[in-house]
Amino acid sequence: MEVLKIATAGSVDDGKSTLIGRLLYDTKSLTDDKLEAIEKSSKKKGYDYLDFSLATDGLVAEREQGITIDVAHIYFSTKTRSYIIADTPGHVEYTRNMVTGASTSQVAIILIDARHGVIEQTYRHFFINNLLRIKSVIVAVNKMDLVNFSEERYNEIKADFEKLVEKSDYEDQNITYIPVSALKGDNVVEKSDAMPWFGGQTLLEYLEKLDTVNIYNRGRMRFPVQYVIRPKTEEFHDFRGYAGKVYGGDINVGDEVMVLPSETRTKVKEIYFNDKKYQSAARRSSISITLENNVNVSRGDMIVKVNELPRIEKAFTAKVCWMCSKPLVAGSKYVLQHGVNKVLAKVSEIHHKIETDFSGVDTLVSSLQINDIAAVSFQLNKPIFFDAFKEHRTNGAFILIDPQTNNTSGVGFIE
Amino acid sequence: MTEKLLINALENEAIYIFREVAAQFEKPVLLFSGGKDSITLVRLAQKAFYPAKIPFPLMHIDTGHNFPETIEFRDKLVAELGLELIVRNVQDSIDQGKVKEESGRYSSRNVLQTTTLLDAIEEFKFDACIGGARRDEEKARAKERIFSVRDDFGQWDEKNQRPELFDMLNGQIQLGQNVRVFPISNWTELDVWTYIENEDLEIPSIYFAHKRDIFMRDGLIWSASEHVFKDDEEEVEERMVRFRTVGDMSCTAAVDSYAATIREVVAEIRDSSISERGARIDDKRSEAAMEKRKQQGYF
Repeated sequence: MEVLKIATAGSVDDGKSTLIGRLLYDTKSLTDDKLEAIEKSSKKKGYDYLDFSLATDGLVAEREQGITIDVAHIYFSTKTRSYIIADTPGHVEYTRNMVTGASTSQVAIILIDARHGVIEQTYRHFFINNLLRIKSVIVAVNKMDLVNFSEERYNEIKADFEKLVEKSDYEDQNITYIPVSALKGDNVVEKSDAMPWFGGQTLLEYLEKLDTVNIYNRGRMRFPVQYVIRPKTEEFHDFRGYAGKVYGGDINVGDEVMVLPSETRTKVKEIYFNDKKYQSAARRSSISITLENNVNVSRGDMIVKVNELPRIEKAFTAKVCWMCSKPLVAGSKYVLQHGVNKVLAKVSEIHHKIETDFSGVDTLVSSLQINDIAAVSFQLNKPIFFDAFKEHRTNGAFILIDPQTNNTSGVGFIE
Repeated sequence: MTEKLLINALENEAIYIFREVAAQFEKPVLLFSGGKDSITLVRLAQKAFYPAKIPFPLMHIDTGHNFPETIEFRDKLVAELGLELIVRNVQDSIDQGKVKEESGRYSSRNVLQTTTLLDAIEEFKFDACIGGARRDEEKARAKERIFSVRDDFGQWDEKNQRPELFDMLNGQIQLGQNVRVFPISNWTELDVWTYIENEDLEIPSIYFAHKRDIFMRDGLIWSASEHVFKDDEEEVEERMVRFRTVGDMSCTAAVDSYAATIREVVAEIRDSSISERGARIDDKRSEAAMEKRKQQGYF
């Protein structure tokens, strides 16, 4: 079954958890014991409605503060497909979590409180969806019940958001607007009787009809080698299978390929998935392949088609989102993990901090604090094989690992 | 040769994770309980490394209160696939005075497993423990990472977790730390059952409807056994039941069922209105029960 991952973003009070709870409730994904727990808890708090936010707020600290503080994953499915929602917090200091949730998602929902309209937070959410190249964005104008389901108000907000879209440089992005009331259930799963003026699809209808083939940004085929399979059994005595995941495009038996960094040319001999051989495998397949010639291939190497070479360089500039309380400064060294390949990287220059509100104001900074985004140049000890992030959503991204703490300190998107 | 490979997104993600474990760690181990989730893990690991053998052992933390059907199944599977199995017993931890047996009405060895597990990790110097936990099981698990770092004491610091971006998994750790790995994080209960059906995997017989001596307590169906505390006024009766999860006899409740085949089980799960952990007595202790156990080093 197809799986669709959705990132949700919203400010503290615009009803994100309620929207997710409503989706679960109306798709009958909440089980009796979960519903019972929600009813009990809502009663205890003295609400006369069901507090669906309790369905998603997991950690004790969150229950105490009533806010979501980390990325939580929520699962539901319909007859059409399975959904995974990465619920990420919306407050300004949690850019890091929003970037994390968006990095594994193909769709994003941006929530706007109809009373407040497009606010600075909305800019930031949209900016991050842009930065992460999320192809389908749903703008859900929530709490329509509190503005008397006013068409005029909805159009105002839509017009404001469209002004924001004009500033975006991502032309392939699809943006859909839906007026909803998560609390009352209008236009989430069921069509709203209170908003007959809205002719579009409900949120779930839209998700159900999304074409899962085209929600991915296509790119060139990249096959980073994860692991070399050498069984050394009698039957498979000389077998050398290169295990990895296919990115960007298809790989086929007979393809003329080049192994990087050795730049050896050869052909794809066999494609295995488990004990079966295939003629061709699409992106996102975890396969193993054998090659015509006996070439030396190890983890971190990349197999590409000979007429689709990536950039092979030791220095580049990237947009970096910093995720660690220890600031990033020029001259510092990190382990750079690009896919499954690791190299050493030195920060050669921090250019300017990028404001996430589309203001276009770039401030010169000497260090990067947690949740900052900036253009940063790196120098590597060995070349890596990459594409610009805008052309390849997987082969253009990397993480930075602090060699002292081993923590994932930041993520980069190569320019 | 078949033409184009059609993929199952969740299966491919799990295979990718298994290969990252084998490549990034020196001494991984697969935590095997004999339950459906760990059986699924074994199948996925086979696929990840074909035609080579699974390059790490299995380990079972045996509470001594397992269903005998599960242990029988475990030994058969290991023998058939030629896998290496390590067993460590909670009874030994009790005998060594490291943990104290619980007593009373809700006594269970479920919590005691943690000590035995942490000792075994230290004994074998395992740096990665692969488990079958899924994010949909429970609220605290919904925040778990795929590579989840544990400190020297096996503890989980849920507020200070490494971000996981795209599919890049950071397995770098310091000496003494280990990583818990969850390849089927993103699977739901139904996904697991559907996979078992499609792959035609064998599972322990207690997952299918059978006649069993049971008694009722707190609206749950308890298995009547020497390992389960029972009041005299709690009456034992025979009923058609099956289990949705396979934990200890002392903490796993049964459900009424006539589902005798995998197809019927899948159909039952699809229509079911009680979530899987609703039948886990260990989670009923309090709303934050799982989170607390995880912080202490539970699976």
